[in-house]
Amino acid sequence: MRVTVDLGACQGHGVCHMSAPDVFELDETDGHAIVTSDPVPAALEADAQLGADSCPERAITVA
Amino acid sequence: MRIVVVGASLAGVRTVEGLRRRGSDADVVLVGAEPGPHGGIAGDGIAADRPPLSKAFLADAAVEAKPLTDRARLGALGVGLVTGRAVDLDLDRRRVGLHGGEQVGFDALVVATGSTPRTVPGLEPREGVWTLRTATDAAAIRAACPEGGRVVVVGGGFIGAEVAWTLRQSGRAVALVEPLPSLMARGLGPELGAAFTRRHAAAGVALHTGAGVAALEGGERVTSVLLTDGTSLPADVVVLGLGTVPETGWLAGAGLDLRDGVVCDERLAAAGAEGVWAVGDVARWRHPRAGEDVRVEHWTNAVETAGVVAANLTGTPTVHDAVPYVWSDQLGARLQVFGRVRPGDELRVVVGDLDGSFVALTGGDGQLRSVVGFGAVKALLPFRKLLLAGAGWDEALAAA
Repeated sequence: MRVTVDLGACQGHGVCHMSAPDVFELDETDGHAIVTSDPVPAALEADAQLGADSCPERAITVA
Repeated sequence: MRIVVVGASLAGVRTVEGLRRRGSDADVVLVGAEPGPHGGIAGDGIAADRPPLSKAFLADAAVEAKPLTDRARLGALGVGLVTGRAVDLDLDRRRVGLHGGEQVGFDALVVATGSTPRTVPGLEPREGVWTLRTATDAAAIRAACPEGGRVVVVGGGFIGAEVAWTLRQSGRAVALVEPLPSLMARGLGPELGAAFTRRHAAAGVALHTGAGVAALEGGERVTSVLLTDGTSLPADVVVLGLGTVPETGWLAGAGLDLRDGVVCDERLAAAGAEGVWAVGDVARWRHPRAGEDVRVEHWTNAVETAGVVAANLTGTPTVHDAVPYVWSDQLGARLQVFGRVRPGDELRVVVGDLDGSFVALTGGDGQLRSVVGFGAVKALLPFRKLLLAGAGWDEALAAA
């Protein structure tokens, strides 16, 4: 599984990090999401999906 | 196995999507009755994504509402769509009755009927008087109030304050009426509420705090709002932001526990019934972290509860213990609230000050209970981590 963040759409809510701290970290300058596990290991795929689902801006794509 | 999800807004749509994503091969049916014009149902009964309705969509007639899904996308998931309003539930026969008489049978039921704007006698929607919940409502408000128009917003909670700001900065003359001394006091407490009240006044919103509405004046169409202090506010459109009530009327008498929502356990299973679940605004559940029953009307809670119930229905027992999160765009910046501000909590501003960007913490009983940021996405990160970790009040203050 690959996960990408559209940084134009990301508004720094940080909800992805709350849902999946092992997949998404937050940029300390602007709060934008940073993917820390790409490709996503099988054990974290459900978390990655949860993080993508939780984004209020739908800025995260998993494929 | 047949799973019926009643309610086609965020929580319901995400539940059916979540079921399929988790590999459920159940027969899944989504029942939608999103209100449309003239008391009817909008299109196929599927709601639009609501956050923009009090933000960009309300300000600009060129912005279109985005439906959360559509018949084709549901069809591709193998999810059936029934357009109709649920009017009763029979738990013995395991079926939902729709307006018009149709019956929809189920093995498992997910209640996702959300909440409805509260109205009070004398303050009901009519020509020129609107609540704001649906895309139909928002489109009517912006059409009734072109640039330069006069708006009176009744109710200074999150929605009322956000609507006032959105309409003000897009060129309308806005008056805001709130019976309490300050805006957003229920959600943020009196001190933060007072700070935002000052800022709205400075932004040109005509504030009438500590005042109630005595009457809506005019003939068929409202022309002004008379306040209890005798002030008369001219209005092209009145927006009512009086909070919401959970949409549980159709469940009356079914045997569920309906005390301000559908009362559920930690996994969102409804009390007093087998195979009935609740998601989104309508669910009241025992929050493991908070240690009390809560009902949360936030966008993120709808998404999270959908994920929890989809997991529980596909063999992964899951409790709902997320920290609540809500945001609002107003006064030119983003207001973010993690956790819950409770009455009587202590407040401490730890970054900036209340007249600029800031991060504030609230706490009580020795616990950090909420982190509130305004225009401070970065600065609140470390405090949010502390909140998620269950930090004590002293520990949080020491980190400041």
